[in-house]
Amino acid sequence: MTQETLLIGLAGVLAAAAPIVFAVLGETLSERAGVINLSMNGTILLSAMGGFAVAYNTDSLVLGFLAGMLIGALVALIVAFASITLNQSQVAVGFVLALTCRDLSYFLGSPYMNVPGPRLASMPIPILSDIPILGTLLFRQDAITYISFLAIILCWVWIYRTRPGLMLQGIGEKPAAAFIRGANVNLMRYVYTVIGGALIGLAGPAFSLGVRAGWMGTISGLDGFGWIALSITIFGGWNPARAAFGAYLFGLLQWLGLVLQPVLTQVPSQVLQVAPFPLMILTLLLVNIGNAEWVERTLAAMPERTRKFFAKLLRAMRASPPASLGVPFERD
Amino acid sequence: MLKSRWSGLFFQLIALVLSLTVVSLILLSIGASPLNAFSNMLTGSVGSTRKIAEVLVSFVPLLLVTAGLLITFSAGLWNIGVEGQIVLGAIASVWVFRIFIDSTLPPSLIIFLSFLGGMFGGALWAALTGLLKTFGGVNEIFGGLGLNFVANALTLYLIFGAWKREGVASMSGTEPLPDSFSLDQLGELRISPTALIVAILAIVFVYFVLNGTYFGLKLKAVGKNFRAAYLLGIPTWQYSMYSFLICGALAGIAGAVQVAAVYHRLIPSISSGYGYLGLMVAMLINYQAIWAIPVAFFFAALNIGSIQLPIVMQLDSSLSGVLQGILVLFVLLVEGFRQKFIKRSSQT
Repeated sequence: MTQETLLIGLAGVLAAAAPIVFAVLGETLSERAGVINLSMNGTILLSAMGGFAVAYNTDSLVLGFLAGMLIGALVALIVAFASITLNQSQVAVGFVLALTCRDLSYFLGSPYMNVPGPRLASMPIPILSDIPILGTLLFRQDAITYISFLAIILCWVWIYRTRPGLMLQGIGEKPAAAFIRGANVNLMRYVYTVIGGALIGLAGPAFSLGVRAGWMGTISGLDGFGWIALSITIFGGWNPARAAFGAYLFGLLQWLGLVLQPVLTQVPSQVLQVAPFPLMILTLLLVNIGNAEWVERTLAAMPERTRKFFAKLLRAMRASPPASLGVPFERD
Repeated sequence: MLKSRWSGLFFQLIALVLSLTVVSLILLSIGASPLNAFSNMLTGSVGSTRKIAEVLVSFVPLLLVTAGLLITFSAGLWNIGVEGQIVLGAIASVWVFRIFIDSTLPPSLIIFLSFLGGMFGGALWAALTGLLKTFGGVNEIFGGLGLNFVANALTLYLIFGAWKREGVASMSGTEPLPDSFSLDQLGELRISPTALIVAILAIVFVYFVLNGTYFGLKLKAVGKNFRAAYLLGIPTWQYSMYSFLICGALAGIAGAVQVAAVYHRLIPSISSGYGYLGLMVAMLINYQAIWAIPVAFFFAALNIGSIQLPIVMQLDSSLSGVLQGILVLFVLLVEGFRQKFIKRSSQT
């Protein structure tokens, strides 16, 4: 494999991961505020179908992406309303929406099955695209991939470097304290869930108008990505940069599966395509195991040196969810 | 009035009407007649004996899975991994059949062993989720989801690798098992009375465990308040594991039924989504075992009734999923409203 084909392959990984990047960023924002949006798998499918249908009928890619965001925001609004206002289980409502939106996308999408439609063209950025290596890797992508790069930076800066971002962290960690500091906790949770939902909704059209243009219903292979994005959010430890890294890692693994296929002929291709999923569990285990009680006990029983080494290792991988994730806030 | 038993039923009727209205609006928006669609689904599900038998074929695994999920829900666990547990049940039962394929043992004994294998496979897969949760700190939703994908990968590996069909491997599954390994059938109908009896026994068993035993009481205590149950001296994590094992075993039987009574081989999506559908049924009946039979039958009827929609009305058969989902969604929303009203009226 020459350097050029390798670079193009990796650039393809960055582009193919863009939808997952949007999804994990949206979920990170929502969960940072304390709301789990479990509907993601259905939202992505419905927004992929809706975004494609709108772009097809209006011949406008921009409207297609906006439609996807609107769908994502509306679904998130139902999650927020049911959990924040009606005090119902976020997990239950999110799960039901995940299945309902999926079936709705198959039902409403059947007229658009395998219809050729508009798709994003690649948009090399002048000057920047001529930089060796980085130019091929980063600056010969399509518009939505550039936006995905920007979204990672924006989310990170927003959460860690701005005042409202600090408040967002507080709403998820200690809502009561944030409330005393003057935050309208439930309103903020609504806002972040809906914005997060809009980002998740961007993931759909990023597939159906970009990565895998068109709507192919049940065989589009999209079903499942939302669940993967949920685990990547945890892998990312609710940090946008780490979550995006997880999304790229996942994309890389899928690509490696394709590349290695001719080499590993005795492994069926269908198995290689799902290889990242077991690895995802393993990473979840590594991220979470530091939180388990018995690990702490085992660590305490170890000799000083080994204990320090393992403690450091676990701390580096460990991620703890926002303390009030999934817990309704009531002032009393 | 709002607190009474009947108000709950009244509000659920409102939810039913609302969801039918929304689905009708969806149908109207694409220019299809709601009445036509609903009547097609009705005749397509209970219009003839043959159709009712088809509904029962779908009802059996759904009821088994729902029964299992009632146990994990009682323990406060969201066993989303139940899909994978069905799959592993199916894989294990096919494995047993393959072991005994040339044996001279009576086929009914081998079928019995395959059911045991299915139970074992499902329970094993559920135990993995439980271990990940207890010792790895991985939430059962995410551990379960991940294991669902692994289970599907394992199925594909077996179909295209180890258990490949002679000649060419394909998505149609492994080599069909000999006819003698099929569960009994009711005359010309595809429904197996044995499978039906097993499913009914399962839900009766679960109802009895949850409402008539100390085990069930402790399980519910763990589900209601994990910390308090622990302080009361209930071995909490062991109870979580028991509930996973029971649910996994029941889901495993569902997988074994799919093999011995329906497909007679391993196919790529052998769980047919019954796991996720079972979660919906459990939510819809508010985790009360007594409603499991009618609601599981209703959901199975919707599934079967929608099959002929593409042929008769050029509508996608996923309409049944849309209707089921919107119904559960409205039941959850309406229940939220009801609780809000109760709270408000008790405050004033």
